[in-house]
Amino acid sequence: MNLLRTTLDNGLKVLIRESHAAPVVSVWVWYRVGVRNEHQGITGISHWVEHMAFKGSARWPEGKADQAVAREGGMYNGMTWNDFTTYYATLPAHKISLALDIEADRMRNIIFDPEAVESERTVIISERQGNENSPLFLLGEEVQAVAYRVHPYGHETVGHLCDLQTMTRDMLYNHYQTYYTPNNAVLAIAGDFNAGEIERLSERYFGNIPAGPDAPPVTAVEPPQRGERRVVVEGAGQTDYLTVAYHIPEARHEDFFALTILNAILAGASGFLVSSANITNHTSRLYQALVAKEFAVDIDGSLSATVDPGLYHLTATAWPGRALIDLETALNIEIERLQDTPVTPAELEKAQRQARALFAYASESTTNQAFWLGYSEIFADYGWFLRYVDKLAAVTVEDVQRVAQTYLRPQNRTVGWYLTPK
Amino acid sequence: MHRRKPVLSLPGPNDIVRQTLPNGITLLIRENSASPTVVVSGYLEAGAADVPRDKIGLAGFTADVLERGTHKRNFAQLYEEIESIAASFDLSAGTHSTSFGAKGLAEHLPLLLDILGDVLRNPAFEKEQVEKARAEILTDIQERENDTQRMAALTFRGLAYPEEHPLHWSQTGYFDTIQRITRDDLVQFHSRFYTPQAMVIAVVGAVKAAVVAQAIADAFGDWQGSRPARPPLPPVPRLGERRIQRLSIDDKTQSDLILGWPGPARLDPDFIPCFVANTVFGVFGMYGRLGRVVREANGLAYYVYSSLEGGRAPGPWRIIAGVNPMNVDKTVALILEELRHIREERVPKEELQDSQALLTGSLPLQLETNGGVAHALLNIERYNLGLDYLQRYPEMINAVTPQQVQEVAQRWLDPEHYALAIAGPAV
Repeated sequence: MNLLRTTLDNGLKVLIRESHAAPVVSVWVWYRVGVRNEHQGITGISHWVEHMAFKGSARWPEGKADQAVAREGGMYNGMTWNDFTTYYATLPAHKISLALDIEADRMRNIIFDPEAVESERTVIISERQGNENSPLFLLGEEVQAVAYRVHPYGHETVGHLCDLQTMTRDMLYNHYQTYYTPNNAVLAIAGDFNAGEIERLSERYFGNIPAGPDAPPVTAVEPPQRGERRVVVEGAGQTDYLTVAYHIPEARHEDFFALTILNAILAGASGFLVSSANITNHTSRLYQALVAKEFAVDIDGSLSATVDPGLYHLTATAWPGRALIDLETALNIEIERLQDTPVTPAELEKAQRQARALFAYASESTTNQAFWLGYSEIFADYGWFLRYVDKLAAVTVEDVQRVAQTYLRPQNRTVGWYLTPK
Repeated sequence: MHRRKPVLSLPGPNDIVRQTLPNGITLLIRENSASPTVVVSGYLEAGAADVPRDKIGLAGFTADVLERGTHKRNFAQLYEEIESIAASFDLSAGTHSTSFGAKGLAEHLPLLLDILGDVLRNPAFEKEQVEKARAEILTDIQERENDTQRMAALTFRGLAYPEEHPLHWSQTGYFDTIQRITRDDLVQFHSRFYTPQAMVIAVVGAVKAAVVAQAIADAFGDWQGSRPARPPLPPVPRLGERRIQRLSIDDKTQSDLILGWPGPARLDPDFIPCFVANTVFGVFGMYGRLGRVVREANGLAYYVYSSLEGGRAPGPWRIIAGVNPMNVDKTVALILEELRHIREERVPKEELQDSQALLTGSLPLQLETNGGVAHALLNIERYNLGLDYLQRYPEMINAVTPQQVQEVAQRWLDPEHYALAIAGPAV
């Protein structure tokens, strides 16, 4: 693989990967700012700044960049989550300069026009209200709020309604000024080009943006949980849901890989990586214990790579007429089995085989390649991604049992019930 | 930068292998060695249009049960084989056809085809699996009743299509119809309608066409049979009035609204001009004109866009938005104003060119993955568009004129007569 990594004088990290499978290029700029950098009063600010970053600069007035990318047949969007805000465009390869132009401009020149701020306030409140229509959003929001009492990961990316109603234009602009600096960003590019040529282009577009002060450090540390926490969300509908969330370490931690294997065995392999594959989990332990036994109609496990310690979520939809307590009891029996008895070598090998295939699917499109190039730099580095399959291959049955005992303790979990009227 | 413009090789007659087996199955194969994966994707002629009114949901229920075991592989064996190679397969029923697909590493293609053949041809319909599938569908229907988007969509179908037409109804089904369906119904539906007649299979990936053709012949070549002829669907009349239905769903904060009409079928001569008009109206950039007015200028909605389905049916042309319940009427008024605008004033040439550039320029992205190419090949076959369709496509899109856009807008986007479904909290 032809990979080029460099850091510009202003601190911008640049990763470039040649990939000649299709005549396209995908350009991503990642900022190290998200939920992690927020606190009560400004929850949702990073996501709102992301929305504002599409509301225009002098060079690219509102809508003009969208239109320019669309005119080339490109895809163009932004995303905000726990540790990052990112913007991307995927375009025909010879249009790469357009994406670099838009992104370099976005780093310094967004206007934050007060009228645009007000108009976007209602759009974001609408986004939040759309989320609130979903029972699983309501449950997930409560569970993470209970799981974290200190660390900012406890609130949703979109933010609390009261903060969305009260944040000011200057707060947003200040957030933008603080975090949108080259030394707080990663430029990730994959596609059909010559890497050296793209390096020179990157320097031309981003090289003259001055470095900013270091972003304020995140000092919050979630204290160890000292006993099971429970939360009940009552809501409309006829379907009940269960979520169990365990605190787990950050992606850089060695145990993250054993937990990834554990999840594949317990709840299915699809949670491995963002990819175009959607593998069923019907041979997983929880499917067999919960779905095949008619406690649940589905079960999903997920863990995400984050900078600070994250959560391992197990979420199930109750079988019609089944009580959540029965579902929860059946789930706990499987957790205890993982702690008491090692998984079989066959289960381990299957999970490792699945990881290899999913890794191939994850690298299929140019957009996905550039995504991983940048995302892995946010929580670790690109080497993490490149070593991923090998790290999973090195996990042993003892490792899986040990991490089950260490992290899947009742004292370390938050149990959430979504309960409908009976 | 100085760089040659890369030449995109669009799939065409020179690199799509198309064959028809004696039993009626059409194969479409395109080799692509860019990644070590393969996608199988296809359909056969069994769908909601073949289902009687008291058994709505039967086509989807059948597809679900087919995913749950064959005479050769029970549920556990089937998924052990598939999941242990990190492959996947699925079936889903539409109005006219049932789609099937599989994805895996290229080396596993023979096994994937063997499994698909087994699943489509030898389902076991185990009683226990039938009941499990039924419980899943009933739960899904329960969830639908509490979902504003899905209920708005269902209500819209009811308003826009006549009762005699399958598009009037849910494809998933209803509590009573799903409860009424017996194992025998499923077995019958499968044996009558799952046949190789007019079945299509596309394979795209790091595989050799000759090897693929042989593997498909091995898995499906000895399958015989034909399905009963399907009576033509009843015509879908134009809406002659405004049909508005508000559905209140407890405990919600946002309302979802769908405003629209039955649209042109895919092979209606109006389809391509409508497709371009739809891009101008509710797609280009961030949701086209709709996005500029409803989202950007008025801040009313996080999502507001339009969608043209086409299909054989003919599918709907819809405007979809999620808004605060207090803003529903204002949003509808803005949408109607934009409809009048695109009907009364000819779209400026530059604005039209933007949308044409998006539609033609996005081909490389759509065709970047094996799944994207397979989708395009099936579309070509389904509507008999010709293997050179993708190569002709830019020309067809670019030939649409401002006058045509206005004409189709006047014909289809009627601001006086439409169906409007709103699902959300009671106001």
